Amino acid sequence: MPLSSRHLLGLETTPKEDIKLILDTATTFKEVLERPIKRVPTLQGKTVVNLFYENSTRTRISFELAEKRLSADAVNFSVSTSSVSKGETFKDTIKNIEAMKIDMVVARHAAAGTPLYLTQLCDAHIINAGDGIHEHPTQALLDMYSIREKLGRLEGVKVCIVGDIAHSRVALSNIFGLKTIGAEVSVCGPATMIPRNIKDLGVKVFYNIDEAIQENDVLNVLRIQLERKAGSNFPTLREYHTCYGITNERLEKNGKDILILHPGPINRGVEISSEVADGNNQIILQQVTNGVAVRMAVLYLLGTQN
Amino acid sequence: MKIALKNCQLVHPLQKINKKSNLLLEHGIITKIGNLTTEDLKNAEIFDLKDNFVSPGFFDMHVHLREPGREDEETIQTGCDAAAQGGFTGIACMPNTEPTLDSAEVISLIKEKAKNHLVEVFPVAAATVGRKGEIISPMAELFSAGAVGFSDDGVAIKTARILKTALEYSTMFDVPIIEHCEEESLASGAMNEGVTSTFLGLPPIPSVAEDLIVMRDILMSEYTGGKIHIAHISTKKAVQMVREAKANGIRVTAEVSPHHFTLTDEAVKGYNTNTKMNPPLRTQEDVNAMLEGLKDGTIDCIASDHAPHSLEEKEMEFEFAPNGIVGLETQIGLALTELYHKKVLTIEQLVEKFAINPRKILNIHVPKFEVGETANFTIFDVNEIWSVDISQFKSKSKNSPFDKRLLKGKAVGVINKKKMLLTGKSIEI
Repeated sequence: MPLSSRHLLGLETTPKEDIKLILDTATTFKEVLERPIKRVPTLQGKTVVNLFYENSTRTRISFELAEKRLSADAVNFSVSTSSVSKGETFKDTIKNIEAMKIDMVVARHAAAGTPLYLTQLCDAHIINAGDGIHEHPTQALLDMYSIREKLGRLEGVKVCIVGDIAHSRVALSNIFGLKTIGAEVSVCGPATMIPRNIKDLGVKVFYNIDEAIQENDVLNVLRIQLERKAGSNFPTLREYHTCYGITNERLEKNGKDILILHPGPINRGVEISSEVADGNNQIILQQVTNGVAVRMAVLYLLGTQN
Repeated sequence: MKIALKNCQLVHPLQKINKKSNLLLEHGIITKIGNLTTEDLKNAEIFDLKDNFVSPGFFDMHVHLREPGREDEETIQTGCDAAAQGGFTGIACMPNTEPTLDSAEVISLIKEKAKNHLVEVFPVAAATVGRKGEIISPMAELFSAGAVGFSDDGVAIKTARILKTALEYSTMFDVPIIEHCEEESLASGAMNEGVTSTFLGLPPIPSVAEDLIVMRDILMSEYTGGKIHIAHISTKKAVQMVREAKANGIRVTAEVSPHHFTLTDEAVKGYNTNTKMNPPLRTQEDVNAMLEGLKDGTIDCIASDHAPHSLEEKEMEFEFAPNGIVGLETQIGLALTELYHKKVLTIEQLVEKFAINPRKILNIHVPKFEVGETANFTIFDVNEIWSVDISQFKSKSKNSPFDKRLLKGKAVGVINKKKMLLTGKSIEI
């Protein structure tokens, strides 16, 4: 059974069957990653362009590895080496890249909606690797994969996303995906970081982290963007840590064996303490491994479509 | 030259006219209204207007002509051509050009360039030098050169202190300060804050950004006695505040753009950059408030906020695209479809919003159906069904979200300054 779409633009419109198919396919590829020779010929002869208009290290490397392990030809286009600085429009850049006969584009861009715009500009399969504060579907899929791997299911699992919900593409994709698959989703953070219309997304809101810990099975702890947010959406990093930081003390106080996820990179001592980041509840590095498998699954399922 | 316009449905709410009649014009002046004799028709070119409405010429008080500075987007000539095609005989052009309209020389230049066109152009000058919000512009000189209002459009006048000075100074000429109401510190988003902005992941602009400045401006108008005109009003709260202010005798007026009573922020789904404008498209509740405000007279007039942008500028990522859409050639059709046919406004009210109120606000003579008056009319058909086709626009720019939209009602022609444009044909009369 193929995916119902030619692209992966976001999880808002991705049906349950597609999400399940991606997660199931990822299980197969995870097995490939355990082999001594971690390469399959599935996408041999296919060309994938990693179009990164925004700085990214881990997502780009994760995609690049996934592409190479599927034997695709991977080309990196990043903003620093691009013609953007020469004044070429986005549209012209895309038309040029398409003219080089490529099959898929993995796109990261600071502006929301750019992946959809790409589908209007070229015929390649488009995978959204993060667009502004809109969606980051492969991150949410790998988070869901990791939860399912650890807990054995997603349906009915109570997941709370903690942090700057209003400015997070990871949060939005997780909310859409988890709700589609039947998990119970809530968010937790200071009121300035919760979107005004959060109720319309059908999620519960916690302003108190202890309540969130008590009532959930999983915490997905988002990174606080140190470079831009301190002082504008919350007073100080210390206050954020005091109110929302995940510490051993806090977990023990609530007597809860809760699963901790973090999309990385982590800020030790801000949203998560070092003991928790290295402790027994977290699966942060498994998420990174699973990320490659999930991205292989997405690339494979789209790349082998007609 | 002598022309006869037969079978006109004359409508003029100020004169309390809505009747079938005929008009005789000689050299652009009305010489007879009523039954025309064989003698009257001798040597006259006769046009049968087939019972279409003939009203005082429509006036759009919010147009961006882009000249001087961005002639690639629009010129005075193409903007006026678009206005005539869309059914307007007069427009007010906004000062955010390059250079800004903050000196008498630039005002004169625009008047000079527009003087031979059927469409009359009335410049709105900058309220502050360079629209920077620091020093008020030389209002007396600008007024003498032909400015009919003052505005820093694109932004609100920066500080309450400068607003107060501008309002006080403007009372000497009794012209309005036209305000783009938006609190700058809340204005950095790309669309209205609401459920749609959350789903689309676009940085939001809260409606309170508009409400705050509308409130400030009303208070300042009350305090100084100066006239405030709220440009492109778009929020429910702002309409409520204007309604109350008017009830309290404060000298405030307001205009609404057709997109703000036609579309909601849901139109942004799909990230079409032609749905990006400032103020942004709001919610259905706000749209309903616009209709209510038009109906009860809180909103005085309809103005397009015609904002031409080249294709290249709009063909880009939504967040990076410039704000604004063209509107001169679609707004009569939209108003007839959405307001007249849906029974929000009567024909008389529609003519008030398009022809009478904008001129009153700007102290411009309202054309009348009287012998000896210069013929300045708009002719429109309320029943013609047509589909918007941006490729047919006279405007140099095509950035409209209404392409291919089916509308009921259209401007058929305009007459002014001894010129007539009827069903696309220009005639010197």
